[in-house]
Parts: sequence; C-alpha cells; structure tokens
Amino acid sequence: MTRLTGCESCTDLTCSSTIEVLGSDVSKNVVTAYDRVQSRGMSACLFGSGGTCCRNCNMGPCQIIDGVEEMIGICGATAETVVARNYARTIAAGTAAHADHAREMIFGFIATAKGETPHEIKDEEKLHMLAKVFEIETEGRDKNEIALELGEKALAEFGKQQGTQVMLKRAPKKRQELWKRLGVEPRGIDREVTETMHRTHMGVDQHYENIMLQGARVALADGWAASMLSTDLTDIMFGTPVPIRAMVDLGVLKEDMVNVAVHGHEPLLAESLCMAAQQEDIQALCKKVGAKGVNLVGVCCTGNEILMRRGIPVAGSFIQQEMVLATGAVEAMVVDIQCVMQSVAQVAKNFHTEIITTNYRAKMPDAIHLQFDEVDSLNSAKDILKRAIGNFKKRGACHIPKDTKLDVVVGFSHETINYILGGRFRSSYRPLNDNIINGRIRGVGAIVGCENYKLPDDVHVIVAKELIKNDVLVLATGCAAQALGRAGLLNPEAAAKYAGPGLAEVCETVGMPPVLHMGSCVDNSRILIAATAMVEEGGLGDDISDLPAAGTAPLWMSEKAVSIGEYFATSGVYVVFQNLPVSGSKVMKKYLYEDMEEMYGGMWDTEPDPVKLAHKMIAHIDKKRAALGIDKKRERVLFDMQMRRDLTDGTGLTDVGCHGPA
Amino acid sequence: MSKIICSAAIRGAHNIVDMAEEKYEEALKKYGADQEVSFPNTAYYLPIIYSMLGAKVEKIGDMKDIFVETRKLLPPKVTDNVWLPFLAPALDAGMATYFAEEMFEAVRYLNEPNFYTKTEDPLADNIWLGAADDVVFRKRGVEFVDGSAPGFAAICGTPMDKDVACKIALELQEKNLYIFMHDQSEGVSMAEQLVKNNVQVGWNTRLVPFGKSYTSVIFAIGFACRVALAFGGIKPGDYKGNLIYNKDRTFAFVMAFGPVSDEWYANAAGAINWGFPTISAYDIPEVLPTGICTYEHVVSQIPHDEIVQKAIEVRGLKVNVAKIDIPLSFGPAFEGERIRKDDLFMECGGGRTTGVEVLISKDMSEIVDGEVTLEGKDICDIKKGENLPISILVEVAGREMQSDFEPILERQFHHLINYVQGIMHIGQRNIMWIRIGTAAVEKGFSFKHIGKVLHGKIHQEFGAILDKVQVKISTVQETVEEVVELARGVYAKRDLRLGSMTDESEDVFYSCTLCQSFAPSHVCVITPERVGMCGAYNWLDGKASYQINPTGPNQPIEKGECLDENLGEFSGINDFVNQASRGAVPNVSCYSLMTNPMTACGCFECISAMLPQCNGIMVVNRDYMGMTPSGMKFTSLAGMAGGGAQTPGFMGVSKHYLTSPKLFKSEGGLKRVVWLPKMLKEELREKLMERCEEEGMPEFFDMIADEEVGTTEEEVLAFLKEKGHPALEMEAAM
Repeated sequence: MTRLTGCESCTDLTCSSTIEVLGSDVSKNVVTAYDRVQSRGMSACLFGSGGTCCRNCNMGPCQIIDGVEEMIGICGATAETVVARNYARTIAAGTAAHADHAREMIFGFIATAKGETPHEIKDEEKLHMLAKVFEIETEGRDKNEIALELGEKALAEFGKQQGTQVMLKRAPKKRQELWKRLGVEPRGIDREVTETMHRTHMGVDQHYENIMLQGARVALADGWAASMLSTDLTDIMFGTPVPIRAMVDLGVLKEDMVNVAVHGHEPLLAESLCMAAQQEDIQALCKKVGAKGVNLVGVCCTGNEILMRRGIPVAGSFIQQEMVLATGAVEAMVVDIQCVMQSVAQVAKNFHTEIITTNYRAKMPDAIHLQFDEVDSLNSAKDILKRAIGNFKKRGACHIPKDTKLDVVVGFSHETINYILGGRFRSSYRPLNDNIINGRIRGVGAIVGCENYKLPDDVHVIVAKELIKNDVLVLATGCAAQALGRAGLLNPEAAAKYAGPGLAEVCETVGMPPVLHMGSCVDNSRILIAATAMVEEGGLGDDISDLPAAGTAPLWMSEKAVSIGEYFATSGVYVVFQNLPVSGSKVMKKYLYEDMEEMYGGMWDTEPDPVKLAHKMIAHIDKKRAALGIDKKRERVLFDMQMRRDLTDGTGLTDVGCHGPA
Repeated sequence: MSKIICSAAIRGAHNIVDMAEEKYEEALKKYGADQEVSFPNTAYYLPIIYSMLGAKVEKIGDMKDIFVETRKLLPPKVTDNVWLPFLAPALDAGMATYFAEEMFEAVRYLNEPNFYTKTEDPLADNIWLGAADDVVFRKRGVEFVDGSAPGFAAICGTPMDKDVACKIALELQEKNLYIFMHDQSEGVSMAEQLVKNNVQVGWNTRLVPFGKSYTSVIFAIGFACRVALAFGGIKPGDYKGNLIYNKDRTFAFVMAFGPVSDEWYANAAGAINWGFPTISAYDIPEVLPTGICTYEHVVSQIPHDEIVQKAIEVRGLKVNVAKIDIPLSFGPAFEGERIRKDDLFMECGGGRTTGVEVLISKDMSEIVDGEVTLEGKDICDIKKGENLPISILVEVAGREMQSDFEPILERQFHHLINYVQGIMHIGQRNIMWIRIGTAAVEKGFSFKHIGKVLHGKIHQEFGAILDKVQVKISTVQETVEEVVELARGVYAKRDLRLGSMTDESEDVFYSCTLCQSFAPSHVCVITPERVGMCGAYNWLDGKASYQINPTGPNQPIEKGECLDENLGEFSGINDFVNQASRGAVPNVSCYSLMTNPMTACGCFECISAMLPQCNGIMVVNRDYMGMTPSGMKFTSLAGMAGGGAQTPGFMGVSKHYLTSPKLFKSEGGLKRVVWLPKMLKEELREKLMERCEEEGMPEFFDMIADEEVGTTEEEVLAFLKEKGHPALEMEAAM
C-alpha cells in the first residue's frame, strides 16, 4: 500500500498536533485511518448509507428502492420497514454497548461495597440520593450496606421481566406521563435489546411506526437507565466530578516519563491504574529504568472519565488514537472496550509500544491480553504498568508536539453546575434559568458524540463557536468535548474571546468556560438530569420539550450515538446530525423529522453543513423561546408586600427572577 | 468584572477568618473553653451560625468546630489564568466571613463588655449599639413581616458631605426602610455624620448605628436570620429556607460609600447569599446577571442623589407610600422619633393644656369629605413656647361604617400623627399629648396638616368601610372643652359596650392568621374575653378587619356547641383550627394552659408557664429581661411557646387577658397566678385589683410574687406558703 500522509492527502485535516505528528520522520511508516479513507478506492454503499439494505435473512440481501414497486424486499418488506428495522437495530446495538459497560461498572460497584476492591464509596450524598430513588432505607445504615443493596437493585434492572425502569421517575412528571401514554416506558434493559433484535428478525414487526416505538423504548433504556446508572454509580464510587484544571492534546506526553495511554470506556481499569501509578514500588521501578515516573494519559472516553475526576491529561480523542502511538513515545496503550480501532496494534508495530487488551470481550490480533481482574485490580494494574516500564528503555526516536497542549477546566457534572451557580448555600439552577429567561443566555446546546475520518475534523469547533457566538451555552461530552478542548473552548478565557455578549457576561460572572465538559459518552445522562433540573427550577415550561435547547452529534460514527440521539429526541429534545442512514425512505424521514415532534416534542433532523447545523439548533431554540413568551424584553417587576407574601407560598411570579421555595 | 470582585472577596475572607481565629485562640487561652459567650439577651445564640448550621455557640469551646467548618468553606484564592469557577467559592467565602465575624464580635463582647451600648438609642459617649437584643428584635422584626418595614439598607462607610449623608438617610426613611450603619470612610462614619447634623439616630428613627467596624455587618444579617427563625417558622440549620425567605421577604441591600476594601467585598459576597445586592457609590466592577439576587448582584458608580432610587430598583422593591400633601416627611420611620426639650417649639394637651381627640360616625349627608377646618390660632400665629389647647374631632361616614369601628379608627391617630417628621404624639382620648418640634415649624407645619394626614390615611386604610372623612381641629379653649364633653359621652358608651360583651353573649369569634405565613400551623382565636396574644387585636378589631377585607386574615368562626365550659372548647373552633392549621392542631381550648393550649407564632406580649412545685402559673412580659422561676428567661420561654406548636404548660397571652374573667379558667382562674414581674404587676395594678375584688379576694394582689421575692421556684414557694396563697390548696395542676 502506498503510504498517504494524512496531512497531504486530506485537505480537511486541521488539527495541528495531528498534522505535526504525521509530518514527522518518526511516523513515516505509520498508516492511519486517513490513509485508508483515501486508499479504499470505493465509496460507501448507497443502500447501506440510506438504510435500505436488508440482510436480516438469507433470501437477500435485498436492496430496496423507495417508490419502485419491483424493488421491495423478497418478503415484501417496504423501504420504511427496512429502514426502521435497521435503525432500531442500530439503536439496540448502541444501547447494548452502554448497558454492558454499565453492567460491568455495577459489578465493580458491588465488589467495592463488599470491600473487595481497593476503591471505596466516595460520594455518600449521591448514594443517599439514589438510594431514595430505589426506595432503599438509609437511616442508621452503613454506606457500604446501602451501596450493596443499591448495586444489587441496579443490577436487577437489567434482567427485570416485570414493571418498568425505576430511574424513569427522575424525568419530569409530564414526560413520564407521555412515555406511559405512548407505551414506550422501558422494562428490563436486556429485555428491550433482545426484543428489538427479535422484532427486527425476519417476519416479525413489519410496521415502521411500531418498530420505532420499540426503538424509542430501547433508547430510553439506555439514557434513563443503563447510562444513567453507570454514571451515577461510577460517581458514587470514584467521586462526582468537581471543577478541575487539566490539559489536553498530544503535547501532554512526556519524554522523561513512562507514557501509558488508557483507551476505551470503563473507568474501573483506569482508576486502578491511577492508584497503582502513585505507589512506591511502581515509582521505584521507574527510577530504575531512568524514568521520572508513570505519565498516565487518557484516550477517548476512558480519558474523559479520569480527566473529569482526577485531572489526568487527555492525549487524544478517538480520531487521534493512532496519532498518540505515532509519536513513538508511548510505552503501552491499555485498552478495554468500544471505539478501539483494530489498527492500533498495527501502528504499534512500528515502535516499542505494546497494545494491551484487558477485557475478555475485546481482543485483537497482535496485542497482548492481560485480563483485568476487578477484585485484584491493583495488582492487575501493576502488572500492566510493569510491562510498560519494562518497555521504556526500548523507546527509540520519538516526536512529541511541544506546543500543542491546551489548558482546560472540566468537571461539570450536574452537581457541579448546581453548585457553581449559587455556592454551597444557594446551589440551584435558578441563575441559569433566570439568565435564559432574561435572554443573556439564548438557550442550551449539547454537542456530543464521536469523530469521523470521512468528514472534516473541525465540525465540532465550528458548531460550538457558532452557538456560543449566538449566546447559546454549550454542554459537551465524549470525543466532541475533547475536540472542543483542543480548540481552547474549555478554557474560561474563551468566553471573552468567542461568546456573544450575554453568554460572555454570565460566564464571566460565574467564572466558567462557555463550553462545559460534562463527561464521557455514557455521561450524556448528566445532560438529561440537567435538563430535568432546569424544568423543575421553573420558568421554562414543564417538560424538557419546552426548554430552549437542542442537541447534536456531528461527526457521529458509533451506533451509541444513534441511541443517544434517539433517547434525547424521545425525551423532548431537537436532535440534529450531519447524516443518518434513513435517507432511503421518505416515510421514515417524515416520521423522524416531523411526526416525532408531534409525539415527543423532540425530533431528529439532519444538516451536513456545520454552520447551517448550528443555525438549525438556534432556530429551534428561538422557536421554544417564543413559545415560552421569553422572546421579548421584559419590564422589571417591583414587589410590594402582598407580592412578596405570594412569592413564599408559591403563587407568585415564577419567571421574573424571584421565585418560590427552592 | 465578577472575577475582580470574587478574587477580592476571597482574599478578604481569608484575612477575616485569620483575624477572627487569632482572637478566638487568644480568648480560649485567656478564658478557657467553658467560658460562656453570647450576644446580649438573645435566645438565638450567634444567629447566623445558628440559622445556617443549626449549631449553638454557647461557650468559647463551641467555636472550634465552627472554625473547622469555616475553614472548609474558605476557597483557594483565584488564579490569574485558567481559573476555576469563582462565583460559588466567593459566596461560600462570604458565608465563612460571616461565621468568623460573628465569633469575632462574640469574643469582643467578652473582652470589652461596653464596646457597644446594648441600648435602643445611643448614649452620650457612645453611638454604637451593637447586636439588637430580643426585645428590640421582636418589636422591630415584626415590622419586617407585617410589611411596615420592607427591609433594610446595610450601609458601609459614608458620603463625605454630611448634608448628603442626611439626605440619603431621610430618603431611605421615607421608603420605610431601616438603615443599619457600619464602618467608616476615611475615619468618618455615617452615624456620626447624622449626629453632627442633629439627626436623631437609634432604633426609634430606624437609623441604627450598629458598629464602627465592618465586622458589625453580621448584626444586620443576623437580624434578617432571626426574622426568618422567629416569624418565618424556619428551623435552625435550614439554611436554604432561611436564605430564600430573606430573598423573597426581606428586601434588604448593602449600600457602600467610599473605597471598597477586600473585607467589604467579603461581606458583600456574603450578603448575596441572602439575595441582598450591593449598590456602590464608588467605582467598583459590576455583576449584572441575575439569579442569586432577584436582579443585579452588584451595581456601582451611582451618584449620591440617585443611589436610593437605584437601590430600590435593583432590589426589586415596590414601596407603596401614599403621598400625603404636607411639607414634612411622613412615614413609619419617623414614628419613634422624639421631640426633646431643646427642639421643642410648643405642645398641646399632656397636662399642659386641654387636649382631646375623638372619632365619631355620622350620617353621610352631614359630612363633606376632605374638609379640614381649623378654628383658632395656628402655629404661624404663635411664638415658641406658647402652648395651645387642642381638640381633634374626626367625623366619618360610610355605608359599611358601624359605631363599633370608631375606637379602632381612633386608635390609628397615635401612629399616624407620629408618622409626621418633627411631631410627637403620646397617649390617646383626652389624655393625648402633642409636641411640635422647631424643625417642623421651620418647614411650615400647620395644625391643618394633622387633618390632612388623618383624612388621607384613614381613607387609604379603611376605604372598605367608610366613604367620607372630615376633620375639625380647634385651638380655642371653649370649643376644645365642648369636644371634651362630647368625647366623654362617647367613651362611656364604648366602654360599656365592650365591658358588656362576653364570650357567651357572642355567637361568632374571629380567627387571626396574620402571622400564619410565619408560623404555618398557627391560628389565633380572638374572643370578646380573650384578646389576641399580641395585644393588638381584640374581638372588635377582628370584626372590623373582616368587614374591611372579607378574604383577609380575620375570619368569623361560628363557635358552635360548647364542648367544655371550663376549657373553653367549642366544636366550631375545633373545626376551624383543624382546617386552618391543615390538621396540625385538631383541638384548641380557649381558657386552658394545660389542655390543648392555643398555639402562638411568636408575637405574644407575655408568656404563661406552669410552675409545678408551686402548683401555680407564672406570667412574664416581653420587656422583662431577668430570670423567671421557670428557670428560663423570656427569650428561652418564647422558644417553648412559639412556632405554632401546642406545648401544654407554655402559652402566649396578652396583658389584657390577664384581667379577663376567663383567664386560665380550667386551671382555676386568677387564683392560680403565683408570679408576675414587678413591672407587669404595676402596669396592671388597677385592673388586677378590680378583678381580685370581683373574685372576692381583695388581698390576692399582694399574694402574687415578683422577682423581688425570688426567681426560683423554691423562693416563690416559700413566699406563697407565708402568704397562704390559694394555689397551694388547689388540686394539682399537672
């Protein structure tokens, strides 16, 4: 294969650290995804892209053409049925990924509650909050006892055969009623995945609307159950993120230290590595080989997890996983599950780097497998680190981009947002709602999801800059958040530089960046909770669908992104992607882009151009502002005694700044 | 730039906490951990700490934990770049500041007991009053909840021009606000500026010099905290409840003059937690986005002549001040102002001359609304020192007017006339006394202005029951005497009517839930023979209030079937209280201390408490500061009786009820009373003697012990035995 250097062949590559690494001598033999995009030599299958390729039975594969009678499936399946089935399967796969991640975290949580791991229950307040949701008695009980019961009850949610998911009750009342009315309340998490697979099997569910109801149900099982449980239990175990300074981009690798990159999704392994790296025997081993210590760096969402909780630097996002290795400076890349490209083992072959797989579910050729043991996790972690330290002396030429490391402030969990707006004594979402009502902040935009080699790599940044310029506060997660960090948008100083005057003023008052990093992709559940908190704070309607808010996952690549998009849309949010595999059916497009708004108040949309995409989000936000009647300038209300009395008993005005009981 | 403010506030907080901790450690060494510390005469400990953390600081040793908590709140200083969010840490730092300052001031009370005057008014050699004790607090705090004072301005520093300082104070007074003064600018304090300009300062004029250092700001904030605790039904430790209550109810703000130090910023940041914004005359950064306060958090560079208006606007306060067209300032802030001998121009009544005031109702056709006539000499016709007789005859008419309402309307004269700046009114009926100050005369005061005030305000407050008001004032001796004659007849008739009313003679009692928003389960039941425990509302008031505002806090209660004559338990009352208290209080006795006693909000004049050893009841009034035989002072007893809960053995009562035939009827009546403070006993002497006569025990008055007899049950018991007090012979009350 002729080597195509990404930076020369791909005009859309803008990330300066990537360009620098790929341009250096050290990486001259490295083949990256950029090269493969170029060298594949054929464009994507149109039926696949449009969602109209059905290969669910052996009569096919059938390529369906919408509106051409001869081109329906052999079984008679129409375009909308096939698109809906494929779409539902994509969602189910995303949910399955989050659910399996969550399950693993809960196993770790239970082991921790039993005292079998080196971790401990760190956030007791959150433990009690969640115990209440599960109706677990907390009075006079030890935290581990409560945690054990919580862990077991959470685990039971996966295999539940009767009833619906407990966590649904954390949604606004009106939303819960809507789900009930539509019959999309998820039951057991695993059941919804199984049922989706069953219903999309040959000859089962053949009505696109009915299939899409199950699509909604399996997605809700992700967002409001699996992902949310994972986030919350992880917070309880490893600590709920608080604002913290850190660094991102390839420049965080260190020449004089043993660089260990942690890539994947589950933080159990990464947390253990963090603990192990601090221990004396490991430090001593480093000294022995002439290294100053272990420099643990994150990649992809594992990076997000330890970035948010520990301020551990992130070397690269999904799109940079090969570039991290291409520096030649990494002793080991430790991977677990999801979004790990098979190519990393091939890139590593150019260097002394070892790729270590740690999860029995996820192995690859040319990597070493060291099964991570959550019970003996510290020793597991040490074994991994020892291998990496052993590699240090083998390091050859390396190239670490010096100037590309950016300061970021991260750690914006729902709890953090609540705190930073009012302090310990007045914590609430009131200031956020107030400033949305008074128009300083136009609305809230979520930028989440993946990265995609086939599209320009600066889409997140263009969308984010356009949003904040128009006074839209941006919440970010996943690899999108890292991309925004590399562009300097997670720095508080970005507010004055990029944000519109209203948003800049609020950011300046609070001391926060205009883009708030809320965590990994599983942490999109934090955004659901934040949206619910905004509804409950009052003045912005009584459901998530009333909020001036919109979400996007441009550059999406993983099936998880579709599941996330679907649970946001069915929770009432306007969700716009750059493309979706549904273009092969007019009926399905209408369903996703129009009918869903009638049903859920939220819906899907697509727009390939990043600036136009941002403006579609802004237009939706403006539409919601108008519906709330907060699109006009309001007179200051002055309060006399009677009005002040009414405030306290809750009958007073709730949307003029003053409000009732907190 | 919020960052500049927050950085400064956090720096200031560090300084203040360091300073306070140093003082604490010195005191700990000097006095030991068991040394008691407190603000004077209060049941609220160090009120901010008590409100926010629920912690009682009673001894120096108690401060240790609070300092640990305070240090936890103290954030690291803000970095120049890649800063972490600083607003929330600055608010926490402000709270830490207040905790530290409260402990600092408490230690100061210990080290220098006379640093503050501990009085309502300044002393000749010291103008700084320090923390409001519970007597002052109760009296003034009620005004914050009944709306007669919408809030307060906590002023730091002063304008350098003393006339400007006076003008700002006056403007704030005209908005009915309290003015709490702290610290100084360039060595000069606001309070001193006012005193220099002969403005009366002290609680009575709402111009309160709290302290000469910034740490005294906690006296203002602590006052707000206590309002929420005492009248808001907010529990100690319910910090959010307290802060939101104040944000929504107490429309206070900080007003800063002169350069702003880090320590001032720290205090201002603290105040934002309560929703109290800062308005600065000086050029400092602004924080305009809303959320924690109702509107802006910090506004600055406001010229002196606009600062009051701006403050009101920023706080979101609407002050309903009826404009009375007189050349003098007018409002509740001037009610407590005194006219001293040197300021006196002339006086009427009060034993110097004949004086009388009376209100009567007439037929509509007989009255010309708004007509104010003056017969005889006006102020402009006399020289300083020339006193005149006076009669003020107010005639009203209205379709809803009843003669029962006359005394209620007439009772308003006292405060309404006092509202005029430079005029002082004392007494009522034909023992009324008016003193007119020189300053008022210089501004062009005329007797007719009293008429204008009465006409305007009576219309405003009682518009629902009357349509016409005319006022006839005379300074001619003969006319005055005629009015006296007329008034005597009216008074006699009224007294007869009131005296003849009994609980048995009326089928309807009145509820009072005026304070229910402050003590949610509390309902007062006002009967003809049991005046509201605040002493301010009798049965007729309830009736009139209902007439004026049919959906208001006073509702008629059909008393229904009498379930127990001695307890004073009625089916209708039970039903009503049960419903109005939302099930919290299912039964109420009107005449019992031990069985389902009436609940109280906290506004009672007196508290009655059972003394088990003496087998009798003691009653203590709010003004009595000393120990009582119950082992508790008034303030501690208030905690037992208040808050809307039924606590058998403790009950709030009015002074008037002590002379009612229904007093403690189920416990045996007046004969159960074993102890009263001397001042209360003397105040009620005449009426109590009368009641003793009626009960057939003329000698009983002298059997009631007071603090001179003793303040322990043992001492009282010995006295009762010596006197042969009847309570000792009665059946056991417990």
